[in-house]
Amino acid sequence: MLAQQLVNGLTLGSTYALVALGFTLVFGILGMINFAHGEIFMLGAYMALLLVTMGKLSIFWSLLGAMVGTAILGMLIERISFRPLRKVSILAPLISTIGLSIFLRSLAQIVFGAESTRFPVSIKTAFYQLGPFQISLLQIVILAISFGLMGVFQVFIKKTKMGKAMRATSESLYTAGLVGINVNRIIFFSFAVASALGGVAGVLLGLNFNAVSPLMGKMVGLKGLTIIILGGMGNITGAMVGGLFLGFVEVLSVGYLTSSYRDAVAFALMFLVLLIKPTGLFGRVVK
Amino acid sequence: MIDAYTSQILTFIGINSILALSLYITVLAGQLSVGHAAFMGIGAYTSAMLMTKLGWPFFLSAPAGALMGALFGFCIGLPTLRLKDLYLAIATLAFNIIWVVIVMNIDALGGALGIFNVPRVTNNAIVYVSLGFFLLFFYRLGDSRLGRAFRSIQEDEAAARAMGVNTVYYKVYAFTLGACLAAYAGALYAHFATFISPHDFEVDRSIEILLFVVLGGSQTYIGPVFGAVLLTLAPEILRFLAEYRLLVYGLMFVVIMLLRHEGIIEEHTLSWSRWSRILRRQRHETAP
Repeated sequence: MLAQQLVNGLTLGSTYALVALGFTLVFGILGMINFAHGEIFMLGAYMALLLVTMGKLSIFWSLLGAMVGTAILGMLIERISFRPLRKVSILAPLISTIGLSIFLRSLAQIVFGAESTRFPVSIKTAFYQLGPFQISLLQIVILAISFGLMGVFQVFIKKTKMGKAMRATSESLYTAGLVGINVNRIIFFSFAVASALGGVAGVLLGLNFNAVSPLMGKMVGLKGLTIIILGGMGNITGAMVGGLFLGFVEVLSVGYLTSSYRDAVAFALMFLVLLIKPTGLFGRVVK
Repeated sequence: MIDAYTSQILTFIGINSILALSLYITVLAGQLSVGHAAFMGIGAYTSAMLMTKLGWPFFLSAPAGALMGALFGFCIGLPTLRLKDLYLAIATLAFNIIWVVIVMNIDALGGALGIFNVPRVTNNAIVYVSLGFFLLFFYRLGDSRLGRAFRSIQEDEAAARAMGVNTVYYKVYAFTLGACLAAYAGALYAHFATFISPHDFEVDRSIEILLFVVLGGSQTYIGPVFGAVLLTLAPEILRFLAEYRLLVYGLMFVVIMLLRHEGIIEEHTLSWSRWSRILRRQRHETAP
């Protein structure tokens, strides 16, 4: 039983890690939180759903489509909420994205209805036994995609020129501009990547629970926030480890505590971390 | 005199104004709280429970609710002192969520269903007399030592501390006061709505209160009240929008931030000297 929970926790955690990566990327570079990230996550799931049901595409292509769609959405949000406001005050973009999240959530409710929809399951539910762990094909796919993406991202950020530019911009926006990096372009690109990751996470989570609803972004967005605080805001490793950790904690708390406290656990943890070590377990990227 | 519907709107305007002011006072001392609905809920539940279960009269249960809010405000304000801006906002958000979940799980407080049959005591007289009192307080606060201390912390906390302002004392003071006011508004709310549940005090409500201040203006105490009036009336005026209401609501945040991020009423909007200058200029222009 515990072994099974660990597998479930890992699967859930890997999707949380992707969401957290999106948050942390934006925070690392701008020092601000995109509160609409949860809605990007939700819309990613819906984009994939539409592509599968109406576009008759396979899950794979729908996932790619969702990634592209959410990347575009992210770039739009950067243009509306961040570029005009980031020099004005720290909180103005925050409030603007809160507004956007309300807007996007109600838009989804109007267009798709408030109930949750199911993915027409095209990944056969096949179970495999690996010692004490029982894992389904779906979970293997989710794990493969999330860890694959995280791996690609790590390589990208460490080995490529663009990745280096992104790291430089997160260290110091101003200095990066001085050394000739087109800071606006880097920010734009980071938003695209962050949102694409969020979109994929949405699809994966939708597949995991076989449910897509307009309200799924709200809680996940808030949890993404708790993850990056746990792991250290701006810290990429922290976001990934934090996401996995939260996945485990949640699954275990549902299994061994009453499930109604599930959401509170994440936030209680976050509150504690904020009081004891606000820079997070892995430390914040110094801005 | 006035029909029940208008009277109800007036009551909500009054309660929302008090809520807006309760957030404003923490903003004044440089602290942004996105969890004020929890304090409102604390006041509401305390007052409701004292009246329904222990038979206390309103004039005792409401202040008790306010005091309970102050207590929680103090308990939250003290440990979160060193958190700034975003971190404080997130911590208060977390507190709000945790509070709602906990209350939902306590059956003695009615669990997820809440408390019914709360005696209706609140009327416009009580609300507006209270509001008047609070407005007077804010009017006097502007030039007072307390008000200046708050303002100095908002402007630059390090400088304030360097000048000898006891930032710890004043920050906790502001937070506690804000929570106290929000809790009082919660008690007023409970005894008007006659039915409260944890869902009335979720993060959405905190964000609504935040919007009063953000939209109305966070630089003077008139701003939040103006925001509260505007945003309480708006749903009634925009009633025809029905399900598109939330769309407009969300979009409003975005547009206001783009056009006027200090809020509609900013520092010099109501300044007498500015308006008299404008009027004098206009009079000269129309003269031959």
